[in-house]
Amino acid sequence: MKAFLILEDGTIFEGQSVGAAKEVISEIVFNTSMTGYLEVLTDPSYAGQAVTMTYPLIGNYGVCYQDMESAKGWPDGFIVREISRMPSNFRSEASLENFLEKNEIAGICGIDTRALTKLLREKGTMNGMITTREDYRLDEILPRLKEYRVTGVVERVSRDSIEHFEPGDLGSEKKPAQYKVAVIDVGTKNNIIRCLLQRGCKVDVYPSNFQAEEVIASRPDGIMVTNGPGDPSECVSIIDQIRLLADSGIPVFAICLGHQLMALAHGAKTYKMKYGHRGANHPVKDLHSGRVYISSQNHGYVVDGDSLDAGAARPWFVNVNDGTVEGLEYIGKPVKTVQFHPEANAGPKDSEILFEEFIAMMGGNRECQN
Amino acid sequence: MPKLEGIKRVLVIGSGPIVIGQAAEFDYAGTQACRSLKEEGMEVILVNSNPATIMTDKEIADKVYIEPLTVEVLQHIIELEQPDSLLPNMGGQAGLNLGMELAESGFLDSHGVKLLGTTAETIRNAEGRLEFKDLMERIGEPCAPSELVENIPDGVAFADQIGYPVVLRPAYTLGGSGGGIAHDQKELEAILSNGLRLSRVGQVLVERCIAGWKEIEYEVMRDSNGNCITVCNMENLDPVGVHTGDSIVVAPSQTLSDKEYQMLRSSALKIISELGVTGGCNVQFALHPTSFEYCVIEVNPRVSRSSALASKATGYPIAKVAAKIALGYTLDEIPNAVTGKTYASFEPTLDYVVVKIPRLPFDKFITAKRTLTTQMKATGEVMSICTNFEGGLMKALRSLEQHVDSLDTGDYKDFTREDVIEQLAVVDDRRIFVIAEALRRGVSYGQIHDITQIDPWFIDKLAILVEMEKRLKSSKDLDEQLLKEAKRLEFPDKVIAEWTGRKEEEVKQLRYEYGITAAFKMVDTCAAEFASETPYYYSCFDGVNEVEKTSGRKKIMVLGSGPIRIGQGIEFDYCSVHSVWALSREGYETIIVNNNPETVSTDFDIADKLYFEPLTPEDVENIVRLEQPDGAVVQFGGQTAIKLTESLIRMGVPILGTSGEDVDAAEDRERFDEILEQCCIPRPKGMTVFTTEEALEAANSLQYPVLIRPSYVLGGQGMQIAISDDDIIQFMSVINRYHQDHPILIDKYLMGKEVEVDAVCDGEDILIPGIMEHVERAGIHSGDSISVYPAQSITEKIQNVLVDYTRKLARSLHVIGLINIQFIVYQDEVYVIEVNPRSSRTVPYISKVTGIPIVDLASRVILGAKIRNLGYEPGLAPKAGYLAIKMPVFSFEKLRGAEITLGPEMKSTGECLGIAKSFNEALYKAFLGAGVNLPKHKKMIISVKDSDKLESVEVARRFKKLGYEIFATRNTARVLNEHGVLAIPVNRINEEAPTLLDLLLEHQIDLVIDTPTHGDKVKDGFRIRRIAIETGVNVLTSLDTANALLTSLENSDINHLSIVDIAMISKSSSLKQQ
Repeated sequence: MKAFLILEDGTIFEGQSVGAAKEVISEIVFNTSMTGYLEVLTDPSYAGQAVTMTYPLIGNYGVCYQDMESAKGWPDGFIVREISRMPSNFRSEASLENFLEKNEIAGICGIDTRALTKLLREKGTMNGMITTREDYRLDEILPRLKEYRVTGVVERVSRDSIEHFEPGDLGSEKKPAQYKVAVIDVGTKNNIIRCLLQRGCKVDVYPSNFQAEEVIASRPDGIMVTNGPGDPSECVSIIDQIRLLADSGIPVFAICLGHQLMALAHGAKTYKMKYGHRGANHPVKDLHSGRVYISSQNHGYVVDGDSLDAGAARPWFVNVNDGTVEGLEYIGKPVKTVQFHPEANAGPKDSEILFEEFIAMMGGNRECQN
Repeated sequence: MPKLEGIKRVLVIGSGPIVIGQAAEFDYAGTQACRSLKEEGMEVILVNSNPATIMTDKEIADKVYIEPLTVEVLQHIIELEQPDSLLPNMGGQAGLNLGMELAESGFLDSHGVKLLGTTAETIRNAEGRLEFKDLMERIGEPCAPSELVENIPDGVAFADQIGYPVVLRPAYTLGGSGGGIAHDQKELEAILSNGLRLSRVGQVLVERCIAGWKEIEYEVMRDSNGNCITVCNMENLDPVGVHTGDSIVVAPSQTLSDKEYQMLRSSALKIISELGVTGGCNVQFALHPTSFEYCVIEVNPRVSRSSALASKATGYPIAKVAAKIALGYTLDEIPNAVTGKTYASFEPTLDYVVVKIPRLPFDKFITAKRTLTTQMKATGEVMSICTNFEGGLMKALRSLEQHVDSLDTGDYKDFTREDVIEQLAVVDDRRIFVIAEALRRGVSYGQIHDITQIDPWFIDKLAILVEMEKRLKSSKDLDEQLLKEAKRLEFPDKVIAEWTGRKEEEVKQLRYEYGITAAFKMVDTCAAEFASETPYYYSCFDGVNEVEKTSGRKKIMVLGSGPIRIGQGIEFDYCSVHSVWALSREGYETIIVNNNPETVSTDFDIADKLYFEPLTPEDVENIVRLEQPDGAVVQFGGQTAIKLTESLIRMGVPILGTSGEDVDAAEDRERFDEILEQCCIPRPKGMTVFTTEEALEAANSLQYPVLIRPSYVLGGQGMQIAISDDDIIQFMSVINRYHQDHPILIDKYLMGKEVEVDAVCDGEDILIPGIMEHVERAGIHSGDSISVYPAQSITEKIQNVLVDYTRKLARSLHVIGLINIQFIVYQDEVYVIEVNPRSSRTVPYISKVTGIPIVDLASRVILGAKIRNLGYEPGLAPKAGYLAIKMPVFSFEKLRGAEITLGPEMKSTGECLGIAKSFNEALYKAFLGAGVNLPKHKKMIISVKDSDKLESVEVARRFKKLGYEIFATRNTARVLNEHGVLAIPVNRINEEAPTLLDLLLEHQIDLVIDTPTHGDKVKDGFRIRRIAIETGVNVLTSLDTANALLTSLENSDINHLSIVDIAMISKSSSLKQQ
């Protein structure tokens, strides 16, 4: 069946429909990872967006359910050049097409994804519609596209209630827990939790409408604020709660949206980037060691380096390509945050060692208290 | 300025002559490295024995030594030039080994030379079998476990420990005989007992069997600060068991999920970090197809064939960055040359698929075993880029220029289904065609996978191509949808036309009507995330064109020479690149089209634009439609480019230089004869024929021996000397395996002295840089002959005739640019045997030794300049002050079953140079550079055909004088003894032991001289030659070569070789000329 991708600037791409043959309006973004399409599809940070993969052959190794980063697929749409009819991998349990159908994601294939990517790069992220209706009317659609905003996504992707994990869960190694970590789920990927379990932490995952008081009262050794979707400045009440966590003296490590929320909680500003960083090849430089790590990234907003209160935080990591803020250390508080994804999935595991650093922070803090 | 203090003069070692497994990729890497070093203000001293390379140009390095790559020569150069550092990891294994030897002997330290890039310890850890195994164990990275055992119980115990199946490899047996794969204890005991018996040392290696696993490679980089990145990963379509150089390779990996991809990536980075590599490194893995288990197969801490491929596949210049890292820069300080905006510390991401297919030499070595194993056999490779795998494969297939444009070769039509299934188990270069046939016959993916172990994903892709083939063959009207899909999968118009019963032109017109045309996309390292300016393009049929036609400057398209094969090697890349540079200096915009990932020409900063495309008329036309060049240059890209002449003219592209018409005249026998007659130039009598009957008639009227060959071929492909009707019948059947568009030539064979000339002609005047003379008599292909400049044995009178003939021929053929002429001097008479109005194999060699940049001159002449105005006196240039000898180098030991006898069909893969003030020293250096250094046993075997017997006496006498003990076959021994040269008669192979074979296997023989009797393939000769080659013994098949070697040996007391800076020759030559 024919399908169309209509962008808010009036550009139309014709392709074939795959997955759910429904009409969606969404924010169109591109991801440059060559592997890891399932991890991308199940990353809650993509809620409210439709993703195009720049790598042309997608679905080659099918779907391995255990690689899912959350319980379901989140993007509204999925845009690819070619979808493999032959999933081939020893762990594959289903075809990607089947996954898109089951998760009601509107897919479109046969698109010149490079041309689309160039357009998004030049004009910036745009809204778009995926539809199978051949009798679409641009004059009717374009105003609707322009109106679309990604809102209320954090609440949508977060949990309803506290969930508890022990080492051994989520496929991690079973071992006695050394630390207790409170994870604030603003759209977490499973691997953040898994990375903690793997390092001997038991984990309580709190929904996004958590109360800082409650978290602090549970006396965790550390707090992790996760990744998540949408415009961080929209999360006003979460930011207030996070400020309380930061002031609690409990070591905090935050990733992606968590990093942005923490900065906002300290008076910094965030802004929307022209087309964001989404991929598995972004170099970030550790300003202490000068070491460069290749990182997995997925963000459309970024902390404005100029808005930082120099007394509150200092840059920890910067992006080698465009110099944007990739990590912050807070002054006088055991709080560290990164914009990229040390938990990888998809992408390189080079910076996974940051979890060790978080463990060390917790260990240090415990010693101080004893 | 470099981050490391005190680096100013860097010595770079090249990889030497081109052999199988070590080819043009090192010229590409070395050239890039040298340019990168010079960018940083370094003075570069280069050593490489291979004159056909670009890296040995004075433009690339400050000091250029084309000298044998031996420790002694390098020590000498270091003493003379006093470099402060040495970059050893650009010259392949050869360069690395030399660097190691110099470091380990303490020579570098004592001369204050620092090893750049990678330390000796790193190299030892990566290359030493034991050290590497230990290191991997220490860091917990798995290798395929193996153990040497000397008895059955040990073997059984070890196999139990590592699990079946196991591979058994007896130590020191010929070609791995007696080995095998054991699936259980019973099989193990049987194979092991046999293997232990066969092994000369009674040892068998028992190894975990990883054949059939996925073969995955990672190209990684690391700097001195510990920053690591992956440039690219690649997956072999052929599972473990086929050398990666002989495998079809795709980038990036296709069947790995992110989990497997990252697991192996992390492993590769861990390994280079542990090894402490600074620079580029290649890590090869075997990945179990149904689990996460993997083994590290090999680590190469240097640039390699794979790194060249990865560079071209991604646009990331590995060698250039590695050179900067060697100087102390870190990855985040080195700009990404492609985007200009980002840095080298990022990982390229692809938005296309890259397919590499090896170019195997079985068309030249018909008798060689086609089986692909862990011993590489390919001479070169092609790469293609497309938006889908199927299209990439189709483009790569036609880039090979092997008469195959689709998966339907027609070779298996007469096979039964069972035959096809049986054929699937054969691992050779035809396997994908067999799989396609199996798919046509309805064999299931499962069965194909079970037999071949090839991943079903790839099988499905082949199936998609077969399905399209069926749809096309059965289509009544070629509707838009079908045509569009066929083009997306890169079926050429020619094939679509054939299958749908149309003319190629009709298909093309239909496409244009439907608006189905090629679009061009950019290779930008970043999948369009950043705006890039790289002029590096590929085509596809499923996208929007993003390449703009440039205008302003006049635009010239240079057609490259495609994959490296025997007969068309790196020298044509040298010519193409120099032509591009010359045209560009004259103010033209240049476009290069080529498909060889190993070469300098396909580096994106050589021409103004690089189109990485197949060199077929249709593919070139797509580019022409977009770019509308003002002209095309075909004379530098070998036969590949010449073949495109007619099509380019049809497209309306003017051919610059010698016209297509005149190129034809040189190849068209009748027209050429006319020209010769007009010029009063004799040639050996000859005729043109099409059928075997005509051939027999011609041969008999000319009288045997005769030369027989197809026209329009390179490297004497298919050329043979026939001495009987039987030969004619056999050769004609071989030649006519492929449809011949042009007649077959039959010439009288004259056994005289062969002389070769390259010349530049501007339409009026000619410039001959020098005359080259072959050591071997006519009958051995010029590419396989030892060539001497300046010619030693021709008189001034003959020389004048040669110059006169060259001038006449060049003018009559209206040559504008280069011409190559081969003459025979026979009984004081000069005959023309071949004229090529284009660049030749000897162009780089003669340019370097005379210092006359003839490609540059030819390019300017093509643009209208006159030789006289370019600062050169027309005619034969004055002799240079040196003797330069070009020595062919062969790769016979890599090709089991290949006939090594030299003849009119070319067999060498590369060449090296010996240059000195005296003939003897030059010859000695040439043999030394070619690796012909006879070991210490001083025993040799002589076996010559009857007509050579008398002549062999003197040869034997000279060897005797040098202290050699001579063994000879009975008849040869009799003649030698009769003439007073003591020779020990030895039994032939099928006679009673001890025989020749035993002598060879005892590893006591230094040299075999065996001049073959005709068609002795079934006889002893062939086997002796093969066994000698496979046991590492030098074999000569011509008495002329033997005489040359003797001269060299008799002068081997030259204890201190002189060395010559080639860069100085060109300086002095241009001074002389002005």
